[in-house]
Amino acid sequence: MKRVRARTEDLLPYALLLPSILFLALLILIPMVQALLLAIQAESGGLTTEYLERMRGDVNFSDAWRNTLLLIVLIVPLQIVLALAMALLIHSRFRGHEWFLYVYAIPLAISDLASGILWLSIFTERGYLNTVAEGIGIIDAPQVFLSFENTGGLLAAIVIAESWRATSIVMVILVAGLQLIPRDYFEAADLFGANRIRRTIHVVLPLLRPSLQSALIIRTIFAFQTFAVVLALAGRNMPVIAAEAYNWYANNRNAHLAASYALLLLGLTIVFTVVYLRVLGLREAEVKR
Amino acid sequence: MSARTWDRALIYGSATLLALWVLVPFYLIFLSAFSRPNDVFVYPKPLLPTDLSTETMQVFLQSTGVVASVLNSLAVAAITIVLSLALGAPAGYALARFAFRGRQGFQLVVLATKMFPVAILSIPLAVAFVRLGLYDNVIGVALVHTAMALPFVILVTAGVFAGVSNELEEAAMTLGCSRVAAFLRIALPLALPGLAAAAIFTFVISWNEVFAASILTLRQRTLPALVLFALQQSPLYFKFAGGFFMVLPAVVFIFFMRRYLLNLWGGR
Repeated sequence: MKRVRARTEDLLPYALLLPSILFLALLILIPMVQALLLAIQAESGGLTTEYLERMRGDVNFSDAWRNTLLLIVLIVPLQIVLALAMALLIHSRFRGHEWFLYVYAIPLAISDLASGILWLSIFTERGYLNTVAEGIGIIDAPQVFLSFENTGGLLAAIVIAESWRATSIVMVILVAGLQLIPRDYFEAADLFGANRIRRTIHVVLPLLRPSLQSALIIRTIFAFQTFAVVLALAGRNMPVIAAEAYNWYANNRNAHLAASYALLLLGLTIVFTVVYLRVLGLREAEVKR
Repeated sequence: MSARTWDRALIYGSATLLALWVLVPFYLIFLSAFSRPNDVFVYPKPLLPTDLSTETMQVFLQSTGVVASVLNSLAVAAITIVLSLALGAPAGYALARFAFRGRQGFQLVVLATKMFPVAILSIPLAVAFVRLGLYDNVIGVALVHTAMALPFVILVTAGVFAGVSNELEEAAMTLGCSRVAAFLRIALPLALPGLAAAAIFTFVISWNEVFAASILTLRQRTLPALVLFALQQSPLYFKFAGGFFMVLPAVVFIFFMRRYLLNLWGGR
């Protein structure tokens, strides 16, 4: 009797996990395989590279690649710097810091579509940026920031809107990471007379490395999926990979090409994660040694 | 001024600047949404709320499909919350309470699915849902949203249950409660605020999600899917009103779950 009881207790955690495992298999594993098949299986059932080649030959393909990578290179470092500033300020625990934490976290709940529209009201020709810039005399007449001729303007608007929105996620990761650092380290640094900047560079940043790492990975991966903010601010004038996947299905009803683009997205996600873990992981081992 | 005063001025100054960077766009979309439709042509734009009007919001809410899309969004979110808590909370409880073989592997799977691109789910599921009769259906969208929210719900509920002392449950069991009764009478009530936060976060994920919702629907649009679809041909005021309407509940809800923010992304 007692043994039977022990056996059921052993099985309990697995029974509790089973529903979510089954669900994730059904809604993530199977679709992933199907996406692969949509991209490489011909109507006849055999394998084909037809769709992948059509994707590579697509007019928007190289632009989508370039824009997606460019946005990541511009957005991710900006977010990390901004979020680090916010997190360090919060961590200094000045009076009222809880309220600032809440304010900095609000964009966490905003979709990239909504954030694109918020910034559209600022960057549009008769918008708030032109109003303010002309008001203080920087420009003489309203500028057109968001036109297909002004790639720099489109890019800047998207970078700002995305940084505004997703910095909050990085900030939360870094604040949580700072809380894991034992207070003694800060006190020891103070004892040896380190000022705030030196303490940040030599004590805080190295200890914050794991959090910075996971923030970097999470943000890069989600930046690959950037799409609604681009559609809101640039329309079809700035192709990105995720938007191509959307367009091929939603507008052209071509599941094969859409799946090819989605597969490209997944491939990039995996490659970047592995590279990040390799590069950063190795360094961490060096530090530990 | 002393060095200390300077120091504090610097901290409050930069904290306030960063807060303004976050808050000003909210203020401006509020100004844009509470204006008259023709005000989008006004230049320079008024920066003070001296001339507010609910006309734009009224026109937006009376436009075809808007109210229906809000109801669809709410229905999708409700189904997503129920499904992801029913599936995820037991897993979170298992992670919090038991040491078992495969625990780390499961955590790794959860982390990996958290970052899974939604595009790769939506497109094959759209094809499959057409066959299953779930295409253009709130249940189909809710299933995908549940797949997206589930990893978060598992991680948050694991944190919540870890915060509820196991000893209380064990004490109840030595006093004659079954495991189920101990859970229902002790752990669940104590975990309720945390579970509510998980539900709110799930709402935010579902309410905001646009890719899957746009791919998987045609007439039964959710609000973000409707607004995304409208980007190409709608006037500016419609977009601004839609943007404001999407932002509003998110801001309110994040206030209620601010204590749990650090569990969502901070946990490693």
